[in-house]
Order: sequence, then C-alpha cells, then structure tokens
Amino acid sequence: MSSSEVCFQLKGSNITSIVLELKQYPSTEFLSQLQDKVSQAPQLFADSAVVISLEKFSPEHTHVDFKPLIADCFEAGLHPMAFRSVDEALLESVKTTGLPALPGAARSASVHAVEADNTPAAELLPNGDGEQVEMTLESPREEEAVEEAVTTIIETRVEIQEKLVHRPAKIIERPVRGGQQIYAEGCDLIVLAQVSEGAEVLADGNIHIYAPLRGRALAGVKGDSNARIFCQQLEAELVSVAGIFILSDELKDKAWKQAAHIQLKDERLTIAQINDK
Amino acid sequence: MGKTTTSASIGTGLAQRGHKTVIIDFDVGLRNLDLIMGCERRVVYDFVNVINGEANLKQTLIKDKRVDNLYILPASQTRDKDALTQEGVEKVLDELSEDFDFIVCDSPAGIERGAQMALYFADMAVVVTNPEVSSVRDSDRILGILQSKSRKAEKGEVVEEKLLLTRYNPERVEEGEMLSVEDVKEILAIELLGVIPESEAVLKASNQGSPVILDSDSNSGQAYADAVGRLFGEEIEHRFLDVEKKGFFKRLMGA
Repeated sequence: MSSSEVCFQLKGSNITSIVLELKQYPSTEFLSQLQDKVSQAPQLFADSAVVISLEKFSPEHTHVDFKPLIADCFEAGLHPMAFRSVDEALLESVKTTGLPALPGAARSASVHAVEADNTPAAELLPNGDGEQVEMTLESPREEEAVEEAVTTIIETRVEIQEKLVHRPAKIIERPVRGGQQIYAEGCDLIVLAQVSEGAEVLADGNIHIYAPLRGRALAGVKGDSNARIFCQQLEAELVSVAGIFILSDELKDKAWKQAAHIQLKDERLTIAQINDK
Repeated sequence: MGKTTTSASIGTGLAQRGHKTVIIDFDVGLRNLDLIMGCERRVVYDFVNVINGEANLKQTLIKDKRVDNLYILPASQTRDKDALTQEGVEKVLDELSEDFDFIVCDSPAGIERGAQMALYFADMAVVVTNPEVSSVRDSDRILGILQSKSRKAEKGEVVEEKLLLTRYNPERVEEGEMLSVEDVKEILAIELLGVIPESEAVLKASNQGSPVILDSDSNSGQAYADAVGRLFGEEIEHRFLDVEKKGFFKRLMGA
C-alpha cells in the first residue's frame, strides 16, 4: 500500500444493542437468572453484544468487583462491550474491567466522520458530558483503538438523514391477462399493454397503463395516499389508492372508456378525464 | 367449443400441403380426436402407453387413410390426466419432432394439467374461442398461462399467439346476441387467424368422422383452409363475417 493512500475512514454509526440493567450485585443468583432469561430466546441473545447499564444500580460499597459479572455474561453467551450511566463513585471499579464507561441513555452525541490521511489528524469528539475528548491519530495502526473509542463514545445516536432513493419503475410490455397479478414493489408500475378483466396490477407507487384497463388497479398499496393511477382507457373493475377503492358501477359515469387520472383527495377518490376539452 | 374440430382440420390442412404432420390428443380420459378423425376402431395403443414405455411410437401412431403425411396419436380412455408427466411428454415430442414437420397438440378444456402439458412445449398457440363473453374470458386466462407457464415463457421468450373464432353467426351478431369479431379482437388483442362460421357441416363432419376441412364445399371447410393458408403467411381476406345478402329469387321465395 502506498503511503499516500488513505487506510481507513472513521464514521459514526448507529448500533442497536441489548442493555442489561443491573439492579443488584454481587448476587449468587446472577448467573442462573441470566441463563434463564437467555434460554427463553436463545436465537435473539446468541452472541449478542450487551451494554451494562448502572443507572438503577446503587451498591452499598463504592468498590464492586465487576470481573465475575463480565465472566458470567460470557458464560451465558453474551458479550459485554461497555458500561453505561456509571456513577462517579463506581468509575474506578468499572475501569478495572477494561471496558469503557459510556454516558447515560438520555444524553445524545453526534460525531463527525474522521478521515485519516498520512498527516496526523486531530478531531474533536464531544462526549456526553459536554467535555471534549481530543484524539490524535498517529498512524493507521491505531485504527482499532480509535474506532472502538468512537463507537463507544457516540452512544448509538447519530442522526442519519433519510434521502429518497430513486427506484426504477417496473415496466410490463405484454398484456396482463385474467388471473395474472403484477406487483411493483417499492416503485411505479408502467404497463404498455392492456390489463384484462380478472387481472390485477398493484404498485407501491403510481400506476400508468397505456392501454385499456379492464381489470383491477391498486396504487399506493403500502399506504402512499399520494399515489395515482393513469390509464388510457378506463374500463376497470376496481381502482384503489392507499386502500380506498371504487368499483366499476361507480366508475361508469366518470370518464368511462376515456383516458383517466385517478387520485386521492380528502380521503376520496377523484376521477378526472385527461385531455378533457 | 371447437378445439378438437380445429386441431383435426388444421392438422389435415397442413398435411394436405405436403407437410408431415401428427395430431396428438391431450384429452386423456375422454378421447375425442380419434372419433372426429374417424379412426377410433384402429386405436390399439395410446399416448400414455408411449409415455410409460409400454409401446413405441411406430406401433401407436395411426396413419390417416385419406390424407398422406397425416398421423394421429390418440389419447387414453382408461387413464387420468396425471399419467401425463412433463418428462414423458417432452420425450415423446422430441422423438416426434425428428420425423415430423408439424406437431398439433389438441388441448383439453380448462386450465388444468392436460391443458398445461399441451401448451408447455408450444412454439405457437392457436386459441379457439366462441363469440361469447365467458369463452373469451377463458381464452384471456389461457393466454396468460401460455405467456407465464410455458417453456418459452420460462426462457423469457414469447409464444406466438393466434386467435381462431368458431361458431360465428353473423345474423346473431347483428341482433346483438353474439360478440362481433371486432369485440373479441379488442378484448383479446391478438392476431386473428380465422373466423369459422357456425354451420351444419361441422356437426355432419364430426358425426361422419371426417375433418370438416375435407368438405371443401362448406363455408366452414373453406374458412379452415383459409386459416391454414394464413399460417403459411398467405394474405387471405376474412370471409363469412357478414350476413349473406339474400338474392332476388331467395327473397321472392321467402327462404
């Protein structure tokens, strides 16, 4: 690898994990109770990472030996990765386990992606207490250590801005015959041939039919009330947008056998003739 | 509805033009083709026997006595439709295609096993329909199955589709009792291969065990001959679509 190439990138990420909320410890029953819980849903707990929360834990002594607790967790098939909501008095006890102490659940933090290049980079990462932890990346070898620090410091709450991802429409070029069903999942449906009586076309988005529609057309089947149906010749048995439908009887006095545009307005389907002059 | 009558006539028409042709009866359990072809007394082995390896094709095929190059593979009357396995049918069709130019598969009614086996290996399908709503709807359904469950469809190819309208009666169409050719074409949107007029000749031919195409004086026989011609790409105008204008003499006699 040439020295000018970037070896890694540090990113914030959101991880869902199981939280073990500790109430009493030490306890001779901890292991058996834990094993009992795990056995109720072995698939769910198998090898999963856990965060040990000390929010509801108020011990009699300031010094608690957490090492057997961690050993017990491993015994039960869980992998402790950090402590959370650690009271200052218990900080020393937690440190001896080697696991990091995370801030409490209510506080959130964000993190910027840290890109490492061949010059040492410094990044400021705010932690939950509002203090700032300065990290200097000396070389790619520190990758693991830094990554662990980042993942743990950021307390699972990085906001991800959702973007609308463009999904190409499903295009059908041959007639959809009686008894057939076409579903365009997560996208629009475009049909270039007729949809026969007894056929059904469905889409999560809009439906366009450039031929007679004699069967059923259901747009926005996952609840998108902005979905619409367009067809060149409306003779449908049923049209529906987001679950609200009308049958052919009612359609017959509106744009029947004409080019039509169907949409939902105030919870009602409206049918408009296209190119109505 | 006219599927077996059509298979018999089209198969015969292909053979008349000098192409070695075999017609297979897929209607296991009923057996109609051999009656319409007038060879029921010559059936020894059948399609299911060949599939099960109980007889070979040479023993089973019945050669037509009227038309050269024409053979019949009869259906079994004693088995049910489950006797037709896809592998078995494929093996028989492969063997036949070495010798024959055309294999006409006469499908049973409905959309069940027999019909699916008959259409599965098809390169071209002639969909026989009557000018009534229920029949046209069924044809639409079978076209859907053809383009989704046939071997060609599974390979992403398209089976060629042709429409043959039988029992067409222009007078009843005029009175609005029957769908017109245009209505049916609009509903199914496939190419029209032919329109066979409703006629006594079809019934007579069936009862005599002779495919109606051999009755070249009848309207139906001529209409089938036209349809076969169109299969070979000949441009033939559709006939017998309109009510016959009664001539002066006929009107006078009130016939």
